[in-house]
Amino acid sequence: MWYKKIFSRKKASEAVETAALVAGTSQEAGGESLLGDILYSFRQNKTASIGLCVVVLLVFLAVFAPLICPYDPYEMDLDQQFLRPSAGHWFGTDRFGRDLFTRVVYGTRISLLVGLVPSFIAVSLGGILGVFSGYVGGRTDFWIMRLADVVMAFPSLLLALVVMYTLGATLFNIFIALSLVGWAGAARVVRSQVLSLKEMEFVEAARAIGVRDVVIMARHILPNCLPALIVLFTLRIPEAIMFEASLSFLGVGAQPPTPSWGLLVSRGKEFLFSAPWVAILPGVAIFVTVLAFNFMGDGFRDAIDPYMKD
Amino acid sequence: MKKYIVKRILISIPVLLGITFVVFFLLNVVPGDPVAILMKEKASAEVIARVRAQMHLDDPWLVRYLRFLWGVLHGDFGVSYKLQRPVTDLILQAFPKTLVLALSAAIFSWIVGIPAGILSAVRQYSLPDYFFMGFSLTGVSMPIFWSALLFQYVFALKLGWLPVAGFYGWKYVILPAVVLGWSSAGLIARLTRSSLLDVMKKDYIRTARAKGVRELPVITGHALKNALLPVVTVMAIQVASLLSGAVITESVFGIPGLGRVAVDAIKNRDMPLLQGAVLFATVLVILGNLVADILYSFLDPRIRFEKK
Repeated sequence: MWYKKIFSRKKASEAVETAALVAGTSQEAGGESLLGDILYSFRQNKTASIGLCVVVLLVFLAVFAPLICPYDPYEMDLDQQFLRPSAGHWFGTDRFGRDLFTRVVYGTRISLLVGLVPSFIAVSLGGILGVFSGYVGGRTDFWIMRLADVVMAFPSLLLALVVMYTLGATLFNIFIALSLVGWAGAARVVRSQVLSLKEMEFVEAARAIGVRDVVIMARHILPNCLPALIVLFTLRIPEAIMFEASLSFLGVGAQPPTPSWGLLVSRGKEFLFSAPWVAILPGVAIFVTVLAFNFMGDGFRDAIDPYMKD
Repeated sequence: MKKYIVKRILISIPVLLGITFVVFFLLNVVPGDPVAILMKEKASAEVIARVRAQMHLDDPWLVRYLRFLWGVLHGDFGVSYKLQRPVTDLILQAFPKTLVLALSAAIFSWIVGIPAGILSAVRQYSLPDYFFMGFSLTGVSMPIFWSALLFQYVFALKLGWLPVAGFYGWKYVILPAVVLGWSSAGLIARLTRSSLLDVMKKDYIRTARAKGVRELPVITGHALKNALLPVVTVMAIQVASLLSGAVITESVFGIPGLGRVAVDAIKNRDMPLLQGAVLFATVLVILGNLVADILYSFLDPRIRFEKK
């Protein structure tokens, strides 16, 4: 059985240590220069650097939101309804007199959380399943890939809608929906890499000296898939942010009074003619954030795989 | 070739079965009794039990799944809880609107995307290249619901050129088609550009240039034929994804299409309707992928001969 094959210790522990030492040294030797090359190439890319700066700014806003914002994001003041953008209220106020800038800044926390957490879960899950599928092969590979086929055949937003219908419209369930939708793509990419990696000499050498399959997967194959996983992760973040905003816009994501950007646009659209800033400014926040992450993701991709540049 | 098509169709069957299973599983583990939701607090426990039995909700889930599958194979997706009409009728009523919207968006994306991609590739790292790639990235980075609102605000509310929402004629299709097609246009432009740049580096292009062929015939006569190959297949896939991805556009522009049906079904907790709409849209995506694969093997003789 495949699991016996994986977890069986083929040779003595000394052999394992020797193999790990050999592979570890070689990775270390090559790893440093590769990382240096990637970072150098990333720094050379102007748009990617701009993207990174915007992302750092967004993280700063999210972390220090209570210090930056002069108002409470939930506090209503019906005397201050629909105030135009001014020095007192940079983005104006909404129908309940809440300061829109404050709500947009607090919304950064939700968007970043939704962008990072489900993307991390999806890419990790996809990475592990992809390594497992590609390395073990056979029936395990067949079933994991068929499951990936099924998930990928679904229009992502519709699948997310079905998951939200089933689990209910909460922020936590958005995490689950986005993780379930996103793993398949990562699994496919990683599997295709593993298929060629497992035939390489360093894997063969590790196998020959008796390193267990699970160790080979974890210590020798997975680290070689990390660049691809990092690219997938950074490119997945803007998608996840957009998804959350779309779900919240449709009313099946974050619920009022949560200051989710999608929800802010959705509530603002009713007043598009009389107070357009209520819908338009949170949309600008989504656009800038997604654009920054796209710049950053493209930069990582180009740095890691220069052939993809054009 | 026939063998390849048959094989490709056969591969789609387990995926389709998997999809029916996933949709059924997800929607049937939903917490809460659908009958109780349907009848609210008006009905007695006895009535609810009778209706549950009538709807076969007390049967084991495997029996229900097989019954559902049998129905789907016969084009029967059940009856809408809310509207009390066959789901198939509701889907067939909504589908033509989505089809018109998706095809219009696809045509827009081709008309804009392909020339933009060609121009970007031919004038790489020039002002038009940066402009079109910026346009492409903007399309991908703007949430559809937001660009829809911006377009509504500018072209319908401020300028009054086009109607804000609804679906009563060709004028009503323009704004939603442009909004929906924008990100696709960006994607096609990027793909055309990268594919053309790749082809322009090939030996046969260099040979053509060395023979003294002028630049325009080199591009139109030699490079484009091969460069557009991946673009054509993506176009086929995109029509399918536009058909299924019109959910937000239809919601913003009030178009009673398939996406709107799905969103309304969620709001009304109408499980059979949601199940039918999602399955129908997913089958469209699979068909689109199938057509793209077959089209690709038709267009590229290398694949055709490889398959033999």
